[in-house]
Amino acid sequence: MNIHEYQAKQLLRRFGIPVPRGDVAHNLIEAESIAEELDGPTWVVKAQIHAGGRGKAGGVKVCRSIKEVVATADQMLGMKLVTHQTGPEGRLVRRVYIEQASDIARELYVAQLINRKTGGVSLIASTEGGMDIEEVAEKHPEKIIRLDMQPATPMRAFQARQVAFELGLKEREVHKFVRLVMAVNKAFRSLDAVMIEINPLVVTGVGRLVALDCKMIFDDNALFRRNDIQDLRDDNEVDPLELEAARHDLNYVKLDGDIGCMVNGAGLAMATMDIIQHFGGQPANFMDIAGAATKERVARAFKLIFNDPGVKGILVNVFGGMMRCNSIAEGIVGAAQEVGLDRPLVVRLEGTNVELGREILEKSGLPIVTATTLSDAAQKIVEATRGNVALMKRA
Amino acid sequence: MAILIDKNTKVICQGFTGTQGTFHSEQAIAYGTQMVGGVTPGKGGSTHLNLPVFNTVHEARAKTGANATMIYVPPIYAMDSIMEAIDAGIETIVAITDGIPVHDMARVRKELKGTNSRVIGPNCPGVITPNQCKMGIMPGYVHKPGKVGIVSRSGTLSYEAATQTTAVGLGQTTVVGIGGDPVNGSSFVDILELFLGDDETQAIIMIGEIGGTPEVEAAEFLKHEKRKKPVVGFIAGKAAPAGRRMGHAGAIVSGGGESAAEKIEALRSAGISITPSPAELGETALAALRG
Repeated sequence: MNIHEYQAKQLLRRFGIPVPRGDVAHNLIEAESIAEELDGPTWVVKAQIHAGGRGKAGGVKVCRSIKEVVATADQMLGMKLVTHQTGPEGRLVRRVYIEQASDIARELYVAQLINRKTGGVSLIASTEGGMDIEEVAEKHPEKIIRLDMQPATPMRAFQARQVAFELGLKEREVHKFVRLVMAVNKAFRSLDAVMIEINPLVVTGVGRLVALDCKMIFDDNALFRRNDIQDLRDDNEVDPLELEAARHDLNYVKLDGDIGCMVNGAGLAMATMDIIQHFGGQPANFMDIAGAATKERVARAFKLIFNDPGVKGILVNVFGGMMRCNSIAEGIVGAAQEVGLDRPLVVRLEGTNVELGREILEKSGLPIVTATTLSDAAQKIVEATRGNVALMKRA
Repeated sequence: MAILIDKNTKVICQGFTGTQGTFHSEQAIAYGTQMVGGVTPGKGGSTHLNLPVFNTVHEARAKTGANATMIYVPPIYAMDSIMEAIDAGIETIVAITDGIPVHDMARVRKELKGTNSRVIGPNCPGVITPNQCKMGIMPGYVHKPGKVGIVSRSGTLSYEAATQTTAVGLGQTTVVGIGGDPVNGSSFVDILELFLGDDETQAIIMIGEIGGTPEVEAAEFLKHEKRKKPVVGFIAGKAAPAGRRMGHAGAIVSGGGESAAEKIEALRSAGISITPSPAELGETALAALRG
């Protein structure tokens, strides 16, 4: 789960990590009063969306007067910000963060994360702050400092000190860095974060250390024990169909194509998208109905895909291990009867109780095309969808 | 010979009396698995599915000689259950549970170091050696004893690979689902190591997906490995957009080496036959074995 920068900074403050003074504004009145509260002569206005690359896209502006702050907030609020991570449709800016500009002497990078390769926890640091860390890692791997540490164990001061000296920090800055990094480590452990990235971590002209920007990602699997984090979720940042799916425990991701997919298992769901593309079609979505779906959930999943106006045909591909094919078939037939099947539907069932499932589909009297193998199913839906498009054009 | 489990493996189930534990233990027994009991704290001394129930894994191991466990407990108790099995010295621990926090799995990995235990999963279908031992949620009937070893991050794609290798007459030695989580107990390399050392396994199917770099590490391992067997690979997620999580917590492309294209390239350079379509796993394995 992702959160906004302003929320991440509030969390940093809670753990005693220095951030520039600032607050979040939803409208121009708030923007003006926040700017007045802060000391000038320079302010920074930052658009709050869940995507990186805001600076280059015009979502971060330095202002030299309160009037300019208000004008900038006016311009940003309600705009669709397009960055390299948002896709061409961009994201609507609903809030701006206004903070006091910092006097920057050096920009560093520091991140605490779950390291998939080692299965443990690592600290990544670099002297090249303010840049895309993937780019630094590629062009100057020698400038990446990595420290592996024990999970669920407080970081040791000597570990943080090692990193501080490697970054070339001065004596009085070292102490501040150690305190800051140990606080980040504490936040990481106690919030079930997957990543806390401070980029840049700024050394100011007077030798203060300040977190200028922060990105936090939390473990979805741990939200059950982190109610305070769950409350930070911003549903506006999620596609409405995906939100609706999540409410019913369905894994759904909206894509650009026109063939709706309903599959059990994430790997098979991805493979189904791949094979549709392999035969010349384009998937409209990723959907994993997960292992223990009931008849009702299958029906809900089916209607969700069906209600997407971009979907010209649906492919159901279920390999029942935990799931029984007869429940799948009942769910599909029920939902199809309810919505009135006006688009091609190809169903491939395999696994537990497959004979029962196929029988239910056949007896339903609905125009359902059945398929036996994965490639058979993909070819049939690609063909049927093309036919459907042609028919619609003629009509 | 098979790997990890066979007809002599003595299996217990943790979370034995719960809905999932009951259903899949019944299925395992019906398949012929040598199940010797189960663990549900507080229900020790009773009988379930005609097998003894124990309060602790230590007790279960002492009284039954169990050397393998399958875990069906909810995410909130899963780390504790896995650690209990490690502490009791169980050799093969198969964690089926989906949704275990990643920090918990990092702690399990730390706990595993220096022990003789091996964890498969979590968030996986389990392990099956056809006609001998079934520890997991996979449909037993699609598997047949044979010569292909299958290792997969995805459960349903491992069923697909089993069905296809059965259909072309190759069958399987053992099928291992290592799970879709970013931090898990066993990697591709761990399982490939076992398949390479198994005389019966003549070819290997390896099914990966986008996210993380375990496939790239497997490619590096195979490239430098002296023991050679034909390996067939498939990577799911070519059609997936970058930066979006695709169901599995581990399936998100975020950095270098994590996309389907990069993984396919790494595997190809290690001499692995890549199937362009997930429907051709069986045929490609057959062709690879014919050389």
